[in-house]
Amino acid sequence: MEYTILILVLPLLSFLFLGLAGTRLRPAAAGAVGTAVLAVVTAVSYMTAYAYFFGQGRAADGLYPTLTPWNTTWLPINDTLSIDMGIMLDPISVMMLVVISTVSLMVHIYSFGYMKGERGFQRYYAFLSLFTASMMGLVVATNIFQMYVFWELVGVSSYLLIGFYYTRKEAVAASKKAFIVTRFADLGFLIGILFYGYYAGTFSFNPQTEALAAAGMIIPLALGLMFVGGAGKSAMFPLHIWLPDAMEGPTPVSALIHAATMVVAGVYLVARMFPLFIGYAPDVLHATAIVGAFTSFYAAVVACVQSDIKRVLAFSTISQIGFMIVALGVCTSADPHSGGLGYMASMFHLFTHAMFKALLFLGAGCIIHAVHSNEMSAMGGLRRYMPVTHATFLVACLAIAGIWPLSGFFSKDEILTACFAYSPVMGWVMTAIAGLTAFYMFRLYYGIFWGRENRTLHAEHTPHEAPATMTLPLVVLAAVTLGAGFIPFGHFVSSNGTAYDIHINPTVAAISLCAATAGIALATWMYARERQAAAESLARRFATLHTAAYHRFYIDEIYQFITHRVIFRCISTPVAWFDRNVVDGFMNMLARGANGASYLIRGMQSGIIQHYCIWFLGGALVLTIILLFIR
Amino acid sequence: MIHMEYYLIVSTIMMFAGIYGFVTRRNLLAMLISVELILNSVDINFVVFNRFLFPEHLEGFFFTLFAIGISAAETAVAIAIIINIYRNIRNIKVKSLHEMKW
Repeated sequence: MEYTILILVLPLLSFLFLGLAGTRLRPAAAGAVGTAVLAVVTAVSYMTAYAYFFGQGRAADGLYPTLTPWNTTWLPINDTLSIDMGIMLDPISVMMLVVISTVSLMVHIYSFGYMKGERGFQRYYAFLSLFTASMMGLVVATNIFQMYVFWELVGVSSYLLIGFYYTRKEAVAASKKAFIVTRFADLGFLIGILFYGYYAGTFSFNPQTEALAAAGMIIPLALGLMFVGGAGKSAMFPLHIWLPDAMEGPTPVSALIHAATMVVAGVYLVARMFPLFIGYAPDVLHATAIVGAFTSFYAAVVACVQSDIKRVLAFSTISQIGFMIVALGVCTSADPHSGGLGYMASMFHLFTHAMFKALLFLGAGCIIHAVHSNEMSAMGGLRRYMPVTHATFLVACLAIAGIWPLSGFFSKDEILTACFAYSPVMGWVMTAIAGLTAFYMFRLYYGIFWGRENRTLHAEHTPHEAPATMTLPLVVLAAVTLGAGFIPFGHFVSSNGTAYDIHINPTVAAISLCAATAGIALATWMYARERQAAAESLARRFATLHTAAYHRFYIDEIYQFITHRVIFRCISTPVAWFDRNVVDGFMNMLARGANGASYLIRGMQSGIIQHYCIWFLGGALVLTIILLFIR
Repeated sequence: MIHMEYYLIVSTIMMFAGIYGFVTRRNLLAMLISVELILNSVDINFVVFNRFLFPEHLEGFFFTLFAIGISAAETAVAIAIIINIYRNIRNIKVKSLHEMKW
């Protein structure tokens, strides 16, 4: 399967071409180049997936083999330790290839309509190609260090795309915030990698067990630090603050990077290191479940009161990633039949979530395109103007709420089953969050398509359905969302590689359906009508809570306080003073000393040859005397 | 019989007269003359050492002949330089030459 190298090389070439020659092309031509390359990449990815799962099938031991069709030593460190670059195919990386290429292709097509006439259209497509190349490199990484390299590359492309509208102050601030917060978390990741590389003696994912056993407590520590990096990228509390702000970027970018692919890199990292987590650091794994559950709950609560539709979706993404992390965290063994179900559930949810969340974001893009605002107050009653967007958005909302037979139901059901198997408390908490998810998603849905219509605004500028380039991806993703639940996912991906049949646990399914229905019913009662008396009186009754949740419980303000008041004032200012006065002062003193000494001796360089001659003769005399008398 | 030492005394006096002249004169031509004095004192030394210490050899004499020839050529070059300096700055005082200083 050597052709898989194309998956990495083609988008990279497309990035170079569009980045260097893009401004000479017409915008449409640049977009066509980017999209055509992506179409080829998607075809190759599908071909790879087909060949991997069906062409060669399972090996004699009943597992899908881990293939390395391409590998090279990039940076040898010593005889045994080296950093490799290559392509590794195993069930989860092949699954990710399919997810990334599908969503990326849809976003490329969609952007034709959405970004039409924007300044820097070519640059936009160049960055999209860069992102796709780096994300592909991340998922097919043969070792943790290659993953880290591409991990940073996706961070850079995310930074570039969030700050795409670089003339807007908010976008610039948001891009910096995203980069700094994730970079800060990546420090933990890097330290974890170095610990791991030092003690395990390799960067690969399957080290010698003796080395790991000898390392003792270092391996859990290393894995915990790696999770910090994953938490930064996947916006886990309290490192989530960059993701809502990242919505300043173009909406298709939010769909691709900040909903479907890059933000699940943390989940993918934990899944990738899963054998090590389960074997050497189960406590760390369970701790991640707590982090995930808390994040999920926090984000769901905040999502209930946001008024900017993209921010609702951003918090919903954070919440859903929390679900995936929880599903991984509640695993107690590698056997899918006893305690390892969460792994499969998490990957399944990653797959389905990528599709329906991308669909939600692209739908939101169509809506923003139609009303030229992100605020829900500018919307309402849009179902009459935008039938396709409305239908597909409804499909995605039902899917994320977990209604049978949409894909979200199946994956969420598996997650809840895994949670209940771990502990009833975790199960009920996650069920409650699932209900909350249904509530806030339908609040969003009713707020956009039903509810109180902003007639004055719509009279001035009648909302219209988006062009075909934008609705086509919606329809495709909606079709995937409708059908994806019936994929026998456990046959492709499971915690120890053996085939696993997904069977719906009727009790859990009933509970989760009840929670989802209750959430939807509540949202319908509160928000579907023109007058929203119940919602307003609730907001008034719990005004403090409402305001706090609207301001995301002041986490950003706490960060602001800590960085500006504590770090800048109490640490940075004295350090800056020390640097300016002591470190620089010492250097200045040296320079002044050298300067003064030069002034003292510069008289010797008179330029008058006779002076030199005297010095020369004097020297010759002294040498002669030394040679003659001092033997 | 004139002893070797007498020749050497003369050449030493010439040598130091030349050095003194080279260091103290401010005129390029005077400096050039001083350099010639130094060269000639060395030539005398060559000849004297050859004549008294190795009478059966001729290397010293020949070396002196070469040295005289080369110093003549070198003087020609030096005078050419001095003339050019004079053309440029209308002066051959060594003090006014700071073109190559620093």
